[in-house]
Amino acid sequence: MAKVKSLADLKKMKEQLQSSISLREKSEHPEGMVQVKVAMATCGIASGAKDVMEFFTGNLEKRNVEAIVTQTGCMGYCYAEPTVEVKLPGQDPVVYGFVDVKKADEIIEKYIKQGELVDGIIPVNYETIDNK
Amino acid sequence: MKDIALHILDIARNSVVAGAELIVIETKECRGSDRFTLTLTDNGCGMDSETVQKLTDPWFTSRTTRRVGMGIPLLMQSAVQAGGGIDISSEPGNGTRVTAVFSLSHIDLPPKGDIAGVISMLAGANPEIDFVYRHKCGEAEYIFDTREVKEVLENVPLSEPKVIGYMKEMIGENLGELEEHFIKYNKNH
Repeated sequence: MAKVKSLADLKKMKEQLQSSISLREKSEHPEGMVQVKVAMATCGIASGAKDVMEFFTGNLEKRNVEAIVTQTGCMGYCYAEPTVEVKLPGQDPVVYGFVDVKKADEIIEKYIKQGELVDGIIPVNYETIDNK
Repeated sequence: MKDIALHILDIARNSVVAGAELIVIETKECRGSDRFTLTLTDNGCGMDSETVQKLTDPWFTSRTTRRVGMGIPLLMQSAVQAGGGIDISSEPGNGTRVTAVFSLSHIDLPPKGDIAGVISMLAGANPEIDFVYRHKCGEAEYIFDTREVKEVLENVPLSEPKVIGYMKEMIGENLGELEEHFIKYNKNH
């Protein structure tokens, strides 16, 4: 049987990770990064937000986009879950509804990389959930 | 909710909102008593007994953005459908424990789902909170503790995508190994 991964192996990865992180910190500040918030309350999870979250975390890094991906709560658009809030540096946040992996891919390629709006925006006066 | 892992993802969020610093998630499979038990224990702000009683009511929520709260009712539905039930104990200032029991042989026992993915996602998305995941399968046991991971990683944050990926693989492989041992053991005894 192949050896299962352990904390000892993680220790070996540490140095490599440390050097890539320090490179990044020198080049950019958190407020200059793309912020992606995946709504993950019961409604979001039941509609597939977990897969969308995994897609964003995995793929933004693979495609060399400096981004912070976090979980957030329900914004009250349960009918449109999974919803994702994307904030590009220096811009107002935009909320996308009915996001699946395919839509997430489009959001990364078109909106995040090129600033081009993609179908599926929830057009409301939006307040971030943290203030409620 | 399709599986146990998604319930974990959902219910653990309540502990995060309750300001917990440590969230312990436990799954236990016991053939002898034909039980699958899921327990989430946190050291968050807790609730008074009146609030605890209201939790299974889908029309109750502490939120202001909408008027329904389905997390606990859905977990209860899953458990009851599979011949079990849920229990919640909490005290203001002393944290909360949610226990869901399922009958292991019941045809409606939900699949376990991607537990490794969910635990690593929770750990990565909430790096300031410590998570312990313990899986018991008969006599065998696997424990994942973010405090140990943080000690190994020092200044590398758990939110790093490569770290999340690694944690997922590590938990997945360990759970897989446990399962294999368990199947072998049952064949031989």
